[in-house]
Amino acid sequence: MLAQPFKIGDKIFQSRLFTGTGKFSDVLSMEKAIEASESELVTVALKRVDMRNENDDILSHLKHPRINLLPNTSGVRTAKEAVFAAQLAREALETNWLKLEIHPDPRYLLPDPIETLKAAEELVKLGFIVLPYVNADPVLCKRLEEVGVAAVMPLGAPIGSNKGLRTVDMLQIIIAESKVPVIVDAGIGAPSHAAYAMELGADAVLVNTAIAVADDAVAMAYAFKLAVQAGRLAFEAKLGSIRHQAHASSPLTAFLQD
Amino acid sequence: MNFNQVIAQYSWDNVKESIYAKTAVDVEKALTAEQVSLEDFKALISPAAEPFLERMAVQSRALTLKRFGNTVQMFAPLYLSNECQNICTYCGFSLHNKILRTTLTDAQIIRECEAVKVLGFDHILLVTGEANKTVGVDYLINAIRLVRPYFANISIEVQPLEQAEYELLIQEGLYAVLVYQETYHQEEYKTHHTKGKKSNYEYRIDTPDRLGKAGVHKIGLGVLIGLEDWRADSFFNALHLSYLEKNYWQTRYSVSFPRLRPAEGLLEPKVVMNDKQLVQLICAYRIFNENVELSISTRENAAFRNNIFKIGITSMSAGSKTNPGGYAVFPEKESLEQFEIDDSRSPHEVAQMIQSQGYESVWKDWDKVFNL
Repeated sequence: MLAQPFKIGDKIFQSRLFTGTGKFSDVLSMEKAIEASESELVTVALKRVDMRNENDDILSHLKHPRINLLPNTSGVRTAKEAVFAAQLAREALETNWLKLEIHPDPRYLLPDPIETLKAAEELVKLGFIVLPYVNADPVLCKRLEEVGVAAVMPLGAPIGSNKGLRTVDMLQIIIAESKVPVIVDAGIGAPSHAAYAMELGADAVLVNTAIAVADDAVAMAYAFKLAVQAGRLAFEAKLGSIRHQAHASSPLTAFLQD
Repeated sequence: MNFNQVIAQYSWDNVKESIYAKTAVDVEKALTAEQVSLEDFKALISPAAEPFLERMAVQSRALTLKRFGNTVQMFAPLYLSNECQNICTYCGFSLHNKILRTTLTDAQIIRECEAVKVLGFDHILLVTGEANKTVGVDYLINAIRLVRPYFANISIEVQPLEQAEYELLIQEGLYAVLVYQETYHQEEYKTHHTKGKKSNYEYRIDTPDRLGKAGVHKIGLGVLIGLEDWRADSFFNALHLSYLEKNYWQTRYSVSFPRLRPAEGLLEPKVVMNDKQLVQLICAYRIFNENVELSISTRENAAFRNNIFKIGITSMSAGSKTNPGGYAVFPEKESLEQFEIDDSRSPHEVAQMIQSQGYESVWKDWDKVFNL
């Protein structure tokens, strides 16, 4: 039994697990982990690759018919830098897909909402398929939707923190209100976190650190694949609602039947 | 307010005393704290923390892995000049040292760049002494223009400059500036820097403020271990780091741990830090600050370097030459060097060692397109 495929822009994805390329111990384990994850969308930092070199070590290990590259702008601090980097990436990597990341704060890597909105608006006009990384801010997500982004990527917790869905209340609002796909990005540290995001109705999750720094990255990637599938199937099968009180065996209103 | 005014509120002796008064209970508290404070940092660098070293290493490793993954950033220093107008008691380039002085010409810089590039590096650190007439801002601008086509990421370790001068260099593509205070002990500082612009303690200590205001991407801090009590000096360095992070929040920071090495005409270190203590200090920084980059150079020996990157270090130089022209122009003139290196393995050998331990040596983690 497979979960429903879904669409971002004009692309249909079977897998709802997106992955990254950073922090792995070597490019081979990265390649094997991505293979085990069955991920079809893989983000890669522009700063880590040599865009001018066809034989770049990371890029050459991502050449697979299933894998779509999602270049990200990690390292830029302003909208202006992001737009410039995006244009070079489009030319060099031959894709107009972009994970827009503007985090001027190098410690917590929290996204700058103002610069992100500015850059998104401009990049959409320039023909990019923009997936912005944002804080779990429902209003910002709507504003981004209005300027034409293809999906929103709110964080579950600070990037790399493995803390899980600390922003769950805001994520639920974003999922309920969004007209574009919602991809929970950052903070997902365990397959159970990913399953939870899917059960909430997120369209996809992006996981990097939890896979890359696991003792066995390949097994962890596989575990995330299963968790994402399970979570999505559960969402589609409709979870029972949580009850905070037991049902009384003798209902209090039973007397009304008489 | 600049850092000079912040540090003025502290007494060296009181700080030192409070570090040495820390107990095992304080260390335990630091190791279990949700938010590790400067007081906790004092406990972690104190003698009381020595029995906790293995536990600190385990914690430091886990934090480093989470933030930086299984990676080590590689970089190489490129010495452009050993001319210097300063007298510094510990430095091979000190004015009174009768050594050959040279400043690389354009053609020589390019030859050096080609040689370093072939070794695999994409992150370069340009180093000079302090000789404002020959190696001033104009020379540095020209050098960055020459170097930029070869490398993705350019740092400098040169004399402190004015904010406007840093702004000019950033426009040319400068990414990071390393400026070590050497020691935060003001009187001791003056005995080690007797002549030249470097003798101005206040100007040097406020340099990271000028860099923060100029908007540089990264600032490298450090003390020269051997000049004064390393625990007190490291506390002030950590205080400096915390101050800078709050004030210049868009800048990233790195800390280095240079231990005094033999050099021409040099004094013996006043304080000797052993390997265990250096590991303690590195772990203490990591537990105190998950995000700061921690760097180790070829001053340290191979056996130490083979292990330390798994415990907290995130960037390393390799195959370094500390004399101007050392890679290609004057490979034989070791008498020009600033200090003797201890790990003389090639970058390739170091990268293989890193790989054999399940880590990836990262050569490129920046792109010149980000320097607009």
